[in-house]
Amino acid sequence: MWRVSEALGRRGFLGMAGVAGLAAITGCGADGGAAAQPRQGGRLRAVYAGGGAKEVLDPHVQSLFVDIARHKAIYEKLVELGPDLKPVPRLASKWEHDGTATTWRFSLRDATFHDGAKLVAEDVLYSIARIVDPAVPERVAQSSLATLDLKRSKAIGPSTVELVLNQPNAEFPALLAGIGTQIVRNGFKDPTKPVGTGAFRYVSFEAGRSMVASRYDGYWDEPARIEELHILSADSEARANAVQGGQAEYANDMTATFARTAEAGKTVRIVAAKASTMQAFVMKVDRPPFDNPDVRLAFKLVADRQRLVDVVLAGRGEVGNDLFGKGYQYYPADLPARERDVDQAKSLLKKAGLAGKEVEIFTADASAGFVEAATLFAEQVAEAGVRLKVTTGSPQTYAKDLLTKGAIGNHRSGAMPIPQYVTDRLLSHSPFNVTHWRRPAFDTAFAAARAVTSEEERSAKYGVLQRTVRDEGGILAWGLPDYLIAVSSKVQGVQAVPPNTLDQGRFDKVWLA
Amino acid sequence: MRSYAAQRAGLAIVQLAVLSVLVFVLTSLLPGDAADLRFTETLTPSQVAALRAELGLDQPPVERFVHWLGNVLTGDLGTSLISGGPVVDIVRHSIGATLVLTLATLAIVVPLAVALGIVMGTRENGRVDRAITSITLALSAIPDFVIAVVLVAVFSLKLGWLPATWIGGNLLSSPALLILPIAVLFGRTVCLLSRQVRAGTVAALNAEYVTQARRLGIPRRQLLLRHVLPNAAVPGVQELARTGDTLLGGVLVVEAIFAIPGFATALVDGVETRDIPTVQGLTLVLAVAALLINLGADLVCNRLVPRTALLR
Repeated sequence: MWRVSEALGRRGFLGMAGVAGLAAITGCGADGGAAAQPRQGGRLRAVYAGGGAKEVLDPHVQSLFVDIARHKAIYEKLVELGPDLKPVPRLASKWEHDGTATTWRFSLRDATFHDGAKLVAEDVLYSIARIVDPAVPERVAQSSLATLDLKRSKAIGPSTVELVLNQPNAEFPALLAGIGTQIVRNGFKDPTKPVGTGAFRYVSFEAGRSMVASRYDGYWDEPARIEELHILSADSEARANAVQGGQAEYANDMTATFARTAEAGKTVRIVAAKASTMQAFVMKVDRPPFDNPDVRLAFKLVADRQRLVDVVLAGRGEVGNDLFGKGYQYYPADLPARERDVDQAKSLLKKAGLAGKEVEIFTADASAGFVEAATLFAEQVAEAGVRLKVTTGSPQTYAKDLLTKGAIGNHRSGAMPIPQYVTDRLLSHSPFNVTHWRRPAFDTAFAAARAVTSEEERSAKYGVLQRTVRDEGGILAWGLPDYLIAVSSKVQGVQAVPPNTLDQGRFDKVWLA
Repeated sequence: MRSYAAQRAGLAIVQLAVLSVLVFVLTSLLPGDAADLRFTETLTPSQVAALRAELGLDQPPVERFVHWLGNVLTGDLGTSLISGGPVVDIVRHSIGATLVLTLATLAIVVPLAVALGIVMGTRENGRVDRAITSITLALSAIPDFVIAVVLVAVFSLKLGWLPATWIGGNLLSSPALLILPIAVLFGRTVCLLSRQVRAGTVAALNAEYVTQARRLGIPRRQLLLRHVLPNAAVPGVQELARTGDTLLGGVLVVEAIFAIPGFATALVDGVETRDIPTVQGLTLVLAVAALLINLGADLVCNRLVPRTALLR
């Protein structure tokens, strides 16, 4: 019976967060690029980790990868994220601000909804009002768009919209590219009758099973090549069997073990977005023994990152450098890699009076590799003379429990812009501040950096803050797993890019050879 | 017979009541509630708190249970905390696949098991008996998921004869979807059932009335069908009722492996997401089914061999 719980327990939760992460963008071109001319027609069946009754059609309450993929086929956002997580134009063809990053103007593209209506500024205002409606707390982008002043925002003609913030934020376009920020029709009330501007028209949906969509010929960006798109739900084993057995042409989020098997055969090809997610241990900086900076540094020094990557990730990834966002916009490129130094770790731990003592690590089978990583790390810490005792909690509630429980635990993060990661996890009042990193001076410096309108200057300020987190914070980012997609050998045009970016799951760009 | 049925039905109602309390208490004991589990780093803690109030999870458990029970008594299974739709819809969408799978399995297993049981029982400890015993026991000893993996690897991935999963499939257009799942469920049930029929046959054959019947010169065929089979069938029918449990366990594994959107999948999803109304509703349906099957089995046995009423 273990197999069932494992299969169901590992359902990919999450969009921005649960699963996706850092990306080394270099070398992420199109796969199979040498292939012949794109061909028209055909049906593509893509399988994602399912969520049963949790799956929804309402784009504003999306949180599962499978939902995100389905909504992406039908709906679009004003802004999307490029392969380096930098905002790129989508329904908004361009944007500008008042010079202080407080009042923003977005010019809308000449796009048409599936019902024939032209996209206008009112659609955008209605969509945002729907997202931030406090009566419906599960609209996910509510908190990230909290600084938007809806009353002062308005339409400037049919194809320009002015959005006003309560405080300056140079990262505002990236917020409009977040999860659950799709543009719906003005007056959209019934999510079971989706009408968007996306490359596919809605046909049918059954929660926990499938969504079917067909090509929309009036799509503003080149219409799709495939005729019909099925986005199906299944756990990891079934996805593997389906793509190998010819029941699906695209399988999302595959394991390293499967990739090895698949690469030995001819029917399936693996598209790997290198180093696209982050695996870390997180230490609470206000809790003994990690309230002592020497202990945090000692743990960072004692980690054998390469071995963790080789064992836990089966070699499919890169070592981490205790910082989120490698390869993304604003990542400080010139950081030296953290080398293992057991002797220094040993002396730091001795100085802290921890030699021969026991520390507990709180883990759970909440995400692939968590328990394995904790167990292997315990062996590594033992080399520096500290016993790390592994305790496991409930997988389903782990994300929440870890906020308050334990002094050290596992953390995994998906691909998102670096400023968003900081906002969500590293400010005094961040909702997911799992390391309890609370420094008012850091908060102030971050808010000031975010208001700087020059990208170069802002980047420099962010760089300083990131170095502080890397050296003094509680994040021990040991590995950057690849994000693996399996496609049938006849599928062409699949991009190897991090999840949550524009070109991931772009079924309007793929074709069947 | 009628008072026996009434007694049994009364007992069934008490069992249902106890069961629904148990399910409610047990699911409430699981760590976290439906709102907590939405905390997937897309909803902030304040959004989760608002959601909890919206779902009514901030009400005291007793109040929620009484509310639920009141609805059930009027035939309303309640609303899913996850999908927001009626639980009845979840039952309706998920029950079909499981029912087809279970009934199809039984339709193959029952005649085969009865035949095998009689063949084994009439040749007790003979070569055929031992051969069939070895094969069925071996089949039932292999865990379901191992059989499933091997069958999929050979018949789907290697030979490409049968579909590996139900993903995107439809029973009406491709009944072949049923073959591998049934093959997995087949082993254990056929073994359990045929063992019982065999035991019943052996016991009946050794009974004094059979010896007497033989002495009277009743032909073997008539003896077996008229006198031995009804007696031999009693443990088999009772076992058949219990096979429901075995099948449910098997269906759980099979549904997960072949991605079948059935009852077991819905139940596991419900537990994983702490969707208590759904878990309650699905369990209630299962419990009613189990009770009806057992009731039916008892009544059939009572009819086959009336003395079971006294021995019960």
